[in-house]
Amino acid sequence: MKKIGISFFLPIVIPVLFIILWHELALSIDNKVILPQVKDVLSLLLHPGQELISMGSLLSNVLVSLARVLTGYLLAVIIAIPLGILMGYYTKIFKLFNNFLGLFRPIPPLAWVPLVLAWFGVSSMATLCALEKGQLYIYLNNLKLSMVFIIFIGSFFPVLTSSIYGVTTVRKTLLDSAQVLGANQLDIFRKVLLPAAAPSVVNGMRIGLGVGWMCLVSAEMLPGSISGVGYLITHAYTLARTDIVIAGMISIGAVGAALDYLFRNLEEKRFKWQYLSR
Amino acid sequence: MMGVKEKMTNSKLIPEIRIENLYKTFVTNKGQEVAALRDINIDIYSNNFICLVGPSGCGKSTLLRIVAGLEKASSGNAIYKNKKIDSPSSKIGLVFQEYSLLPWRTVLENVGLGLEFKKISFNKIKKIAGEYLELVGLSQFAGAYPYELSGGMQQRVAIARALANDPEVLLMDEPFGALDAHTRILLQKELLRIWEKNRKTIVFVTHSVDEAIYLADRIIVMSSRPGKIKQCIDIEMPRPRNRANPLYGKMSEQILDMLEEESSLATPLAELAVN
Repeated sequence: MKKIGISFFLPIVIPVLFIILWHELALSIDNKVILPQVKDVLSLLLHPGQELISMGSLLSNVLVSLARVLTGYLLAVIIAIPLGILMGYYTKIFKLFNNFLGLFRPIPPLAWVPLVLAWFGVSSMATLCALEKGQLYIYLNNLKLSMVFIIFIGSFFPVLTSSIYGVTTVRKTLLDSAQVLGANQLDIFRKVLLPAAAPSVVNGMRIGLGVGWMCLVSAEMLPGSISGVGYLITHAYTLARTDIVIAGMISIGAVGAALDYLFRNLEEKRFKWQYLSR
Repeated sequence: MMGVKEKMTNSKLIPEIRIENLYKTFVTNKGQEVAALRDINIDIYSNNFICLVGPSGCGKSTLLRIVAGLEKASSGNAIYKNKKIDSPSSKIGLVFQEYSLLPWRTVLENVGLGLEFKKISFNKIKKIAGEYLELVGLSQFAGAYPYELSGGMQQRVAIARALANDPEVLLMDEPFGALDAHTRILLQKELLRIWEKNRKTIVFVTHSVDEAIYLADRIIVMSSRPGKIKQCIDIEMPRPRNRANPLYGKMSEQILDMLEEESSLATPLAELAVN
């Protein structure tokens, strides 16, 4: 019984100490621009639907950000997975792309900002769809092409690298034995290569989503942005509303952790064989 | 027994697999050419159990992979029923040394893999795979995953998978090499039991002389690199063979002597490699 108690309390010891420390510091500093009180931030988080600094609610801003990240991320996944699998399987395709992509890999997503602004300005998905009014316009206009591109760049490389790795590390014996059993090229892709590479690909998708989510704040600092949790943070900063800044940061952290948890859960359930077989 | 002998003499007319003047050369990363197989000529007849023995690195696995269609000969031919082998075919099955099962599939789904490639209906695959799983005595593990099985059981599944595809020839590349001595002997018996039932042609690569004498109708002894055929020995002891039989011991000694000659020849080379 005692053991269960310890393992239950262990993960919450540090957070509790952290909050106590924060609380004490806030009281002694007594300046809410430098460090707001725990209860102020908590009340913001507990009422996510509340209107803030005439920018809509915390929740609606988080949802706008989520929509942006998912758009850029999905684009990255759609391109990176097939490309990675082909590069992993066909040496010629690998040689064709690898050096080229290797030049882009080390460029931080933020370094793309000036170029991306020159290319896309404030145009959005609505511009692409030639929409100028209506409810759909309001939604699509939030998906600025420049932001989607920055997030795309952030997510693309982790997914690509893991897909290549997943395919190149498939044991050759598995491919050989499928061939000997009479598999054609399509069979090998569908029944051997893809399932064998799946754990690595999904792991890359998890990391890619994390990186994409981290690129969010920099993407939302771009001109033309009037919403999103990243923008909410920067705007609250100019108004000296540090409590909103912290509440926004905590929401980013919480959403990121939740997405990560969903992926980990999937990996544990679906790819149990990977940990258990040699 | 008579029937089998007769069948063998009849099929002696045309070999099922013929390997003629086969050479295989590898090119290393530095661009050097290394001869792996030199002038191999073998005729293998239907329903025979052939064992290939030789020191490690003599190219016996390479030879098997060429017959399976996984690799190409540098010159010469491997011929199956008058047709040159240049790609894998479901007529010729291959059992690998280890870890060839798909780890995300259950045992039954693994056995049915080859049948899936033949676009056979799901229910039929289940039925056939079930039958072959029963043949290797693993019916109760149909729903298990490979990592839940021991090495010996995994190899039995691999054999069932190869047989479920109904090949004419079964190639086996040191299939029991990674198993402990006891399991190995059990599986040798098991393999003979299955072979007596369906009489596929088997080409079995091993470096265990004991295993070869226990299993084979005919042993082909290979020399070390570049691999050449040193001698073919017909084993006429009736099965099941008794390891206590003096003839068994004599044969074993004779083949081991042959292999020893090879390794003493190989020693100066090995020393060169170290220096």
